Amino acid sequence: MIIGGIDIAVLMASLMVGSVPILLAALGETVVERSGVLNLGVEGMMIIGAVSGFIAAVTFQSPILGFLAGAACGAAFSLIFAFLVLVLQANQVATGLALTLVGIGISSLAGQGFNGIKPPVTGAVPMGPLRDIPFLGPMLFRHDWVVWFGLAMVAVTWWLLNRSRAGLIIRAVGENHEAAHALGYKVNRIRLLCILFGGAMAGIGGAYISLVRVPQWTDNITNGIGWIALAIVVFASWRPGRVLFGAWLFGGLLVLGPNLQAAEYRIPVEYLSMAPYLITIVVLVVMSARKGARMGAPASLGQNFHASR
Amino acid sequence: MTAATDELLRLEGLTRAYPGVIANSDVSFTIRTGEIHALLGENGAGKSTLVKMIYGLVRPDQGRMLLSGRPYAPGRPAEARRQGVAMVFQHFSLFEALTVAENVALGMETPPPLRILSGRIREVSEAYGLPLDPARHVGDLSAGERQRVEIIRCLLQDPKLLIMDEPTSVLTPQEVEILFGTLRQLAAAGTSILYISHKLEEIRSLCDEATILRRGRVVATCTPRERSAREMAELMVGASLAVPSRSPATHGAVALQVSNLSRPSPIPFGTPLREISFSLAKGEILGIAGVAGNGQDELLLALSGELRSAPGAITLNGQPIGAAGPAQRRKAGLVAAPEDRYGHAAAPDMSLTENAWLTAGARMPLSRNGFVSWGKVRDFAKAVIRDYDVRTPGPDVAARALSGGNLQKFLMGRELQQGADVIVINQPTWGVDAAAASAIRQKILDCAAAGAAVVVISQDLDELMEIADTFAVLNAGRLTAPRPIQGLDTEQIGLMMGGAHGMEEAHLAN
Repeated sequence: MIIGGIDIAVLMASLMVGSVPILLAALGETVVERSGVLNLGVEGMMIIGAVSGFIAAVTFQSPILGFLAGAACGAAFSLIFAFLVLVLQANQVATGLALTLVGIGISSLAGQGFNGIKPPVTGAVPMGPLRDIPFLGPMLFRHDWVVWFGLAMVAVTWWLLNRSRAGLIIRAVGENHEAAHALGYKVNRIRLLCILFGGAMAGIGGAYISLVRVPQWTDNITNGIGWIALAIVVFASWRPGRVLFGAWLFGGLLVLGPNLQAAEYRIPVEYLSMAPYLITIVVLVVMSARKGARMGAPASLGQNFHASR
Repeated sequence: MTAATDELLRLEGLTRAYPGVIANSDVSFTIRTGEIHALLGENGAGKSTLVKMIYGLVRPDQGRMLLSGRPYAPGRPAEARRQGVAMVFQHFSLFEALTVAENVALGMETPPPLRILSGRIREVSEAYGLPLDPARHVGDLSAGERQRVEIIRCLLQDPKLLIMDEPTSVLTPQEVEILFGTLRQLAAAGTSILYISHKLEEIRSLCDEATILRRGRVVATCTPRERSAREMAELMVGASLAVPSRSPATHGAVALQVSNLSRPSPIPFGTPLREISFSLAKGEILGIAGVAGNGQDELLLALSGELRSAPGAITLNGQPIGAAGPAQRRKAGLVAAPEDRYGHAAAPDMSLTENAWLTAGARMPLSRNGFVSWGKVRDFAKAVIRDYDVRTPGPDVAARALSGGNLQKFLMGRELQQGADVIVINQPTWGVDAAAASAIRQKILDCAAAGAAVVVISQDLDELMEIADTFAVLNAGRLTAPRPIQGLDTEQIGLMMGGAHGMEEAHLAN
């Protein structure tokens, strides 16, 4: 099916692939923010995941090890943030921004000598005859396993936050850390685990960029995708289901650009790259204009907790 | 109540020190099964620390506890709960954005699935006459209903000992009666209750035994019914109390006029103001009572100028000021002191001198040619510290470093010393000890005697009875018509406060 010179099946397929890094990072950040921590270092954790995943995958010629290394290094990198914010009580916004800057610097250093190398291919999940269904086949059934992992994580995160006891505790800590402490929950320990989860998810998302989306190593490869992930968390009012919608919407805008150019539309690509941020601003304005409605922001978001008594 | 004799909890020589203060020193007493035991003391007497040790939030430095004869040393609240000790907090333990059932689940060790839990919440709440919908968000509940959430959270775990920390401070008189009914029912069924309060009449009507703390030590153990309130008050304070003196009222012209003021609340989960009207003469003190969360904060914002309204809705000495901001209103002669000390009334990390300038700078001659005269500001801060007996090393100390009561004294002094025509105060003596509270009340009376019109918003009815000339109640954002305070009794005030939010019915059905 081709509309206006664009093949819809291919567009949808590339949308699902293109949104994976945003989706994974945004899901992780959703959990982090629900626990009351604002980690603006998503971009930095992603690029660390991207470079470490690339190096591991190339060195061991195994994409799976690449993704595992991305997750592990993303989580390890977020540990810096956790130490500064939870132990030293540093300002979360400043620390997050620093994390991004440091991450971009370290990745550029570590990636020296890996330019121009092809990583091992992350193959499609064998779906048998499903592959060849007209329209649906190319759209849905030729994806690699990370696409499916991302979709599964939407369900897992939703279940975790809304249905599990752990999620209830995470939300409680993000909502009112004093009260959670008074009830005997270890506020900073819970936040540490959430930050590590966010780091791992951002790391996998970053690895997907360098191993599948591009796929090669160049400096500053994430190119602002971490910021879009942060915007989506707010756009989605901290709900995993809406994060998926937001990731597809914003991911769709990213892949639409090349498609439109290929179809020879004369829309400057800059408009499409600024669209995610413009949409986020519009959504925030609309949400805050609705009087009395719950924004959904965790009440303790961005506040450090110290058990003073 | 049955006079059970076996003992449930015994405290022996509990001591706990913080840097600079000894919160508890050698505290010993026992609580018997089925007994309602009062823990009585001033703010800062060490009640909270003691209770936190029993509930496992704080470890004692010395001493030991025995629960049902066995050594009891909870390392964290979960352990205390497992052994049958439950606590209803005064503040800080509910999550506004979560539902009632989720809030209850968070306070339990091994909660059943939410659907089953919701059923049990309904059962227990009906059995004790405390109706509650498990699916509602706590942010939408009244103060009385929130307390029910806490109580039910405890009751679901069949506690042997229930600790209640100042449970009645946010309730109407009718709600208090219902709560007492529930507590007596629990005690009769064998649950011991440790009841913390400084309200003596309540303790005399409810409790079997009382332990009185002063400066971290047990000064007396008595049977409250056999003592007069005055005797216990003097044990608690350690000195006889001065009652503020007031001169006969001579009211002048109208200073503040509020007509038909309606504004939506700028606070999440806040209460909108609805058609508020009153007028206040020079030298008059209007006391505004009401259960917390009925529009008190919003009314203060509207009067201080943080929340603007139509110009004519508020007039000061005949001038419309409804659309003016806080600084303009201060210059025109209206000063306001909000309730929240750390963050709203004061900038916690700035010094007392700087904090003094933040509001006094608008009214007092403290600057020259646009530059702040810090010497004069310092003198002003020093004068406040001296006149209001603020315990601090000096005016250069950060506001955060002062204890709540001391900072409150400073902030009250800062507003009252400015010679304003109209003074609006929310909770003037909240968290202040009895001696300082009566000093602050005296200063408010002095200001009124000097011709200022004063609006005092307070949840402490006794305080309002003591200082106010006229009395009104905020209820769901509406203000009742002000009435002279003479001749009002508790019953009438309770009715003005809007009864018990639908609690009577369930109580009767019980």
